Amino acid sequence: MAAIASTLLFLKVKRKPMPTDPEKGIWKIITASSVGTLIEWYDFYIFGSLSTIIAAKFFPSENPTAALLSTLATFAAGFIVRPFGALVFGRLGDIIGRKYTFLLTLILMGTSTFLIGLVPTYATIGALAPILVLVLRLVQGLALGGEYGGAATYVAEHAPIHRRGYYTSWIQTTATLGLFLSLGVILSIRRIVGVQDFENGNGWRFPFLLSIVLVIVSIIIRLKMSESPLFAKLKSEGKTSVNPIKESFGHKLNFKMVLLALFGATMGQGVIWYTGQFYAQSFLLTKCFIDYEQANTIILIALVIATPFFIVFGSLSDRWGRKNIMMLGMLLGILLYRPIFQQLYNLSDTSNKTVTEQTTTTGQSQVMSTASDSTTLKNFEDGSHLTMTSKLNSKGERETKKVMVLGGSPKLKMILLIALMVLFVTMVYGPIAAFLVEMFPTKIRYTSMSLPYHIGNGIFGGLVPFIATLITTIPGSNPLSGLWYPIIVASLCFVIGSLYLSNKMDEDVTD
Amino acid sequence: MLGILWIIAGVAAITLLVYSAATNIHTAKGDIGKPIPWIIIIAVFTPVAIGLVIFGWYSFKGEYDGEIKT
Repeated sequence: MAAIASTLLFLKVKRKPMPTDPEKGIWKIITASSVGTLIEWYDFYIFGSLSTIIAAKFFPSENPTAALLSTLATFAAGFIVRPFGALVFGRLGDIIGRKYTFLLTLILMGTSTFLIGLVPTYATIGALAPILVLVLRLVQGLALGGEYGGAATYVAEHAPIHRRGYYTSWIQTTATLGLFLSLGVILSIRRIVGVQDFENGNGWRFPFLLSIVLVIVSIIIRLKMSESPLFAKLKSEGKTSVNPIKESFGHKLNFKMVLLALFGATMGQGVIWYTGQFYAQSFLLTKCFIDYEQANTIILIALVIATPFFIVFGSLSDRWGRKNIMMLGMLLGILLYRPIFQQLYNLSDTSNKTVTEQTTTTGQSQVMSTASDSTTLKNFEDGSHLTMTSKLNSKGERETKKVMVLGGSPKLKMILLIALMVLFVTMVYGPIAAFLVEMFPTKIRYTSMSLPYHIGNGIFGGLVPFIATLITTIPGSNPLSGLWYPIIVASLCFVIGSLYLSNKMDEDVTD
Repeated sequence: MLGILWIIAGVAAITLLVYSAATNIHTAKGDIGKPIPWIIIIAVFTPVAIGLVIFGWYSFKGEYDGEIKT
């Protein structure tokens, strides 16, 4: 990695001189940063979105070692490696510069993603398969940990005063757009090659392989970028940090701001972000039993509706202050999550629906000739239909599976409810890049802002499904009980942020 | 005085996680019944909880008094 970094540092690239008017060149800078960040999010998300298929191909549950590696891939990549990547690349970015560091993260992410698409399955190469996938997944987590801090810092250090929230909010759209792109690519390829070929053949590899094309384009764009002017000035004056990690976390003045950034902002932002998108997706699939394609289409449409509001709230934060908007987004999530998710549940609850037609077909079980499998199809007055299958699995246990496809009106309501939750996400996330940049001095900015960001999102946000599952084991829990975790964490963050943060912006980011 | 509350919150959070791990490992189904996720989560979350305790200590000592510009 050091060799690659050194090589990049000495690359001679022809570039145009920076325009004297800062706003003139800003769109090129935003494009260069955002496109690469979006691709990195896409790369990270396709693994998560295809986790069921990947588990079947590489981590067969009957093999204890493979199952262990699967668990490591799931948890270590997000919880350990992302914050670690934030430290490693944050340090690099504060020493050698923003541009070359997040060029490196892009190369690492793109290469590891592409290679995941090429790894032969467990059935072909045995235990080497899950080991390779685990290593590549960890590299993805490492790269992602270094990407965001660099991109946000880079744009913010070019942005003029009073427009920093607006310009950095374009970076903030990339995480959600990356999710949108990953779902869109997966659904499209799934339709083109067919579900069977996608899940049981090699169709699932295409989203990974496609990444390399996107990454190459991003690398070409980023190679033409100039270094951040603030960092370049710092470097020319010999004022860069020798040890940004020690300065960030070893000096009380900076360390207490890192803690405040985490507990007063990114902790709550992380759970709101995760709950409004990923937890909502999981809720539709596992609690509402919505058909896979319909659930993801609902999420996609909701993302399209709400994504422009990242820019709106980022821009508004330039006038109203970052804190007010972020705290409002957290408060709305705290107050409205339970009623919203209750509504989502009700929209798919068949006890609320009037059956217009019901048919049941039975047939001989393919597992045991003396047993029978059955399929029941119910049509409802609102245009929804439910398919329930009851069959014996390979272990002789009876499994019942429900799949609900919603009619027009309940589907539309679901889209609007999810869009509302994504709106909360845009409120907490739109201003946060500018917020984090303004909190820390230039020489340790990449390091200092990356760690609270990835702890807030990677750890607190990433814990949402695990803790939600844990809560459901408590006697008396119901499908909504898992929401208590994000509600409590966001509440704690709301209180700390409201009490300790000022709404005044630090306009000077040249310190 | 709020600083004491954050200190208690940090200690309570890690205590709750350790208790949940002890209760669920090898008894619950799925990921919450496996030891590895708990080891990773507790290992990663312990420094975060310590961070909350330190934050509470700083708050108690008045380090965050006055305007914190963002």
